[in-house]
Amino acid sequence: MLDYRLDEETEALRKTVREFSLDVIAPRIGEYYERDEFPTDIVRQMGELGLFGLPFPEEYGGAGGDYFHLCVALEELARVDSSVAITLEAGVSLGAMPIFRFGTEEQKREWLPRLCAGEALGAFGLTEPGGGSDAGATRTTARLEDGHWVINGSKAFITNSGTELTALVTVTAVTGTRPDGGKEISAILVPAGTPGLTVGQRYSKVGWNASDTRELSFSDVRVPEENLVGERGRGYAQFLSILDEGRVAISALAVGLAQGCVDESVKYAAQREAFGQPIGRNQAVQFMIADMEVRASTARLAYYRAAEKMLRGEPFKREAAIAKLYSSECAVDNARAATQVHGGYGFMNEFPVGRFYRDAKILEIGEGTSEVQRMLIARDLGVG
Amino acid sequence: MNIVVLVKQVPDSGSERKLDPADNTVARAGADNVINEMDEYAIEEALVVKEAHGGEVTILTVGPDSAADAIRKALSMGADRAVHVTDEAMHGSCAVQTSAVLAAALQQMDYDLILCGAESTDGQVSVMPALLAERLGIPQLSGARKLTIDDGVAKVERQTDGGFWALEAPLPAIVSTWDTINEPRYPSFKGIMAAKKKPVETKTLADLGIDPSTVGLASATSQVLDFSGRPPKGEGVKVADEGDGADKLVEYLASQKIV
Ligand SMILES: Cc1cc2nc3c(=O)[nH]c(=O)nc-3n(C[C@H](O)[C@H](O)[C@H](O)COP(=O)(O)OP(=O)(O)OC[C@H]3O[C@@H](n4cnc5c(N)ncnc54)[C@H](O)[C@@H]3O)c2cc1C
Repeated sequence: MLDYRLDEETEALRKTVREFSLDVIAPRIGEYYERDEFPTDIVRQMGELGLFGLPFPEEYGGAGGDYFHLCVALEELARVDSSVAITLEAGVSLGAMPIFRFGTEEQKREWLPRLCAGEALGAFGLTEPGGGSDAGATRTTARLEDGHWVINGSKAFITNSGTELTALVTVTAVTGTRPDGGKEISAILVPAGTPGLTVGQRYSKVGWNASDTRELSFSDVRVPEENLVGERGRGYAQFLSILDEGRVAISALAVGLAQGCVDESVKYAAQREAFGQPIGRNQAVQFMIADMEVRASTARLAYYRAAEKMLRGEPFKREAAIAKLYSSECAVDNARAATQVHGGYGFMNEFPVGRFYRDAKILEIGEGTSEVQRMLIARDLGVG
Repeated sequence: MNIVVLVKQVPDSGSERKLDPADNTVARAGADNVINEMDEYAIEEALVVKEAHGGEVTILTVGPDSAADAIRKALSMGADRAVHVTDEAMHGSCAVQTSAVLAAALQQMDYDLILCGAESTDGQVSVMPALLAERLGIPQLSGARKLTIDDGVAKVERQTDGGFWALEAPLPAIVSTWDTINEPRYPSFKGIMAAKKKPVETKTLADLGIDPSTVGLASATSQVLDFSGRPPKGEGVKVADEGDGADKLVEYLASQKIV
């Protein structure tokens, strides 16, 4: 049986997030973006809407939905703006999810209710200045010293790590040597404001300018031994499984951006005139927009498929990689085409497509580059 | 406190709206149907009153089966239950007929406070609160920008062009609201899930004891005879500045009664 219609509740959620995006985000996000500022009050409102708790059970303050609900919300947010969408994506799938999946009961009770309410934001620190794709090359270390982890090292490009709402960052660190001689990597929860944790300035970024990305450095940062998230030495395997889910979420976000490009181009093609007629009368423009719609809708099917397998508890690594790879490339293609349809205005920051153009590229890089996705797909096919 | 909110489903005023040329009624099929915008403020106000005073919020809707979507949204915002009056014979009913149906439904319900939007974006006749007040024999406080309930008395600020009137009336009363009264909440996902389990009672004209021949297009008290599309935008006026541009602008604005 094949049925990719949204059920009533998911459709109602989609409509609500759509309305919220148009009413609350669209009129104001441009200013934040220009000022390179994190939109704390918009993020709080997203929290009140329950978006940060979507895939978590009610007993931890969640909304009792599932990961697909999160994806649908991300798609609708990104259709209007990617900075707030990535804030939600990172807050949920990188910030809260490791605690929910691998944390102890105490950790869940302590952190999840505030994270689910959007009153607090979590970050996940995996990438280091020396490398992201090769995540096993972690250099940050944590050693046990009288009941405390003492952490030293640095992390690069960490989303949500320095906002007013940031409450914690979970970091991967080398905690020893495995019996086979390899690095033992574990995940450790570091509350914001812990002495020795230095939060750097916001990076000056090409896109996602209203989202918060910073470098973190750790100098003899001490946290209690209980702050270990999940099993010691399982840090690497844990985050790999988190990243598989995250890729489906990033794919939904990319589809939103690709669809936003269609929305804006359809509008603009009807209203902009050249040579005495709307530019949309030209077949060349029509075809650009038709191709954009083809990419957005096929990419959507790719993430629906990955989400469906994930929710059914089947292996979905390949589908997640396919969805992430394909939809991020579609987003970049659509942003380029939408900017073309807008002509010179497409190059202006005040037009949403100008923002889309700048926001699209990172989708081919973050949470696994396109090359990494191709490696995963080939490996899963048994090639190489 | 039992609060009833009158909710109407209308074609979205933000997208293109049409009349059905077959019988000159609002074309609802194929339109993007939503809760009448002003009614969302009435729902929000009902929820605020309930949060302060306790009680139950019931949504009352007269409309076709598709109006169930509007009801579900109201329930997902936080209303407790709904009554949906739906009957084929209602098609094309005028405000007077609809008020008879609403009044009959209200007479079968317990209410201390009835809330509704000050106007609907499709018909825009804005007479429903007055018609219902008359039929039910209760006071109406229309056009509220502020509402407080105090010891069995409803106090409102009625918005006017120049300011406001302070009015009060004993409950039960009917209060209509403007969009200045509050900021309606968005339904949360929890609310959306909870709405599924809330009771919606469907009633026909027979359930209300209303003779179907007294409602509907054929016996409506008003009729739309003809309609035409909005005229295209005019050319506008160009003022060439020959040293007296400012004077001409002021003259023009004054002639249009803008200043
Ligand atoms: C705005 C932003 C937000 C981010 N947020 C977070 C966050 O919250 N948490 C976090 O941990 N990280 C975060 N990152 C980091 C991001 O995940 C990494 O940038 C990404 O994984 C790539 O790593 P890198 O930058 O070190 O590139 P590298 O790994 O140095 O890659 C450089 C190039 O080499 C290619 N390459 C590398 N190895 C291979 C190979 N074996 N075969 C073929 N090609 C290869 C890559 O595909 C890429 O094209 C963020 C990054 C940005 C820009």
